Amino acid sequence: MYKVKGFVMCFNNHTRYYSVKVLFFFLTSLFFCSCTKSQSEKDKYFSSMQIKGSDTVVNLIQELSEEFSRQHPSFNIGVTGGGSGNGFVSLVSGTCDIAMSSREIEKKEIMLAKSNNIEPNEFKIGLDGIVVIVNRNNPVNKLTLEQLRDIFTAKITNWKEVGGEDREIVILSRESNSGTYIFFEERVLGCGDEDNCNRFAVQSLIMPSSQAIYNEVFQNPNALGYTGIGFVNGGVKAISVAVNANSEYVYPTLENVMNYTYPILRPLYLYTNGMRIRNVVKMFIDYVLSEAGQKIVLKTSFVPIKKKEQKNKIKNYRSV
Amino acid sequence: MRKIIDTMIEKVIFLCGMLSVIFVILIFSFLFIESFAFFRGFNIIKFIAGRYWYPDSEPVSFGIFSLLVGSFLVTLGACLIAVPLSVMTALYISEVVSKNVRDILKSLVELMAAIPSVVIGFIGMIVLVPCVRKLFNIPTGLTAFSGSVMLAFMAIPTIVTISEDAIRSVPRQYKEGALALGATKWQTIRRIVLKTARPGIIAAVMLGIGRVIGETMTVMMVTGNSSRIPHSIFEPVRTMTAVIAAEIGETVSGSMHYKALFSIGLVLFLITFIINFAAELFLGKNKNK
Repeated sequence: MYKVKGFVMCFNNHTRYYSVKVLFFFLTSLFFCSCTKSQSEKDKYFSSMQIKGSDTVVNLIQELSEEFSRQHPSFNIGVTGGGSGNGFVSLVSGTCDIAMSSREIEKKEIMLAKSNNIEPNEFKIGLDGIVVIVNRNNPVNKLTLEQLRDIFTAKITNWKEVGGEDREIVILSRESNSGTYIFFEERVLGCGDEDNCNRFAVQSLIMPSSQAIYNEVFQNPNALGYTGIGFVNGGVKAISVAVNANSEYVYPTLENVMNYTYPILRPLYLYTNGMRIRNVVKMFIDYVLSEAGQKIVLKTSFVPIKKKEQKNKIKNYRSV
Repeated sequence: MRKIIDTMIEKVIFLCGMLSVIFVILIFSFLFIESFAFFRGFNIIKFIAGRYWYPDSEPVSFGIFSLLVGSFLVTLGACLIAVPLSVMTALYISEVVSKNVRDILKSLVELMAAIPSVVIGFIGMIVLVPCVRKLFNIPTGLTAFSGSVMLAFMAIPTIVTISEDAIRSVPRQYKEGALALGATKWQTIRRIVLKTARPGIIAAVMLGIGRVIGETMTVMMVTGNSSRIPHSIFEPVRTMTAVIAAEIGETVSGSMHYKALFSIGLVLFLITFIINFAAELFLGKNKNK
């Protein structure tokens, strides 16, 4: 008991001394900060940049910017997600230098940018294939886009209707803030000519992440879900997809995505302000499109774009 | 000097006390204002009784009936599992077991409350969900039942600790009297202890329910989130909390969808408020006795 008391007292003395030290340190650092800030402000403007936008692309760009900063330690790059639309808004309002996007910029957004004296400049940096996955023990190997649409809108509810066992289909989907969800809805479920778009069936399960979809498909032979191409490994089975019953079924490999034969794919973009391109931004875009940059694209399980397309893009932006 | 310090401290403590009250009022009025704006544009009856939650497609539909049913089913299931288990645990801890074991048991039960809900959800997703699917031979294990089981785990510590306090505050004379009259231990527990401690136990259950109905992460991970109205507890459901958590990130602030989510928040707040209020009433009754 005495021992404890003694310890507490010594602790008290110690902390008092400690807190004085901390206060001193804090004040001096504050002093130094206020001195140096104004000096480096100018340099900072030229060596730092903000990248905002799509949550799909954010991990890739994060990786790229880390590698880029390792090569050019004086540069300071901030990367934030928030969705493709968010990125465009920031680009237009001038709060970011590069907008990441998993879709093309809309006409509406171009108009808005132009009215703010900003010229959006597009760079295609990679491709993303969306893969439909099922359990390993599911005998179904291939589906057409039409069948997929009918499954996800619950017109087909049993695996035997598409050549599988007599089991109920459990549809796995994502939340509506997922870029993958929006893309899948547009590409696979599709819209009629007017506004009567097909919706995901009410009974589809809304999973909080791609990992959750993977887990459920991994252990449940009834389930089917969609996810990025990077999630496919031995644990689950990817479905070969055909545009219609007459065309060829294509298995989602990197090659098939790269040469555009796999039907469910989307390009990924970076957008810059073409009116006023800063040196840092240019260097970064060059790096992303370089061989080293495209290797990282592949490493983060996206598909690099072909050399020819890259060159076009680079030419396109040099002429600006 | 001493008096000045004294009054100052008093003021500070008063301020701190008032602060939480002010926060509750502010949160409530914020929810209320956002929801009021929503109900001006969308019929409140369609909101409560509507069957479809399609917030971002044409035509929009903000029906939360399926979500209400989902929350209700999960909560009911969790109570059915948690209440008997926890009341019996509380009885065991306070009446049966020796003092040494009791201390260990009690701290272990309290430790259960410290497990983060994400971890519970994760365990549910990996371990429980496949088992449920195989055991009941249903299309998917992501069901209201899985949610109930996991949530029961989260409610048990709350119910056990509070009802154990209630049981222990039963005067010793009551028990001694019963035993002296020749009642067995079980008769004493059932007729005397449980009866006297009943208001406290009910309050404990109410607080447990409050915890369960507001839980988000775990249900989002194991209940499947399908907004179809379920026919049994072995079907996927979507709860109100899961909808708010999943969708608030993508809504444009000020849009109808955004306000609709706040209205769900208001409904949830009212439900938990009523439950907590009822619990307070029962606890108060217990103390007056």
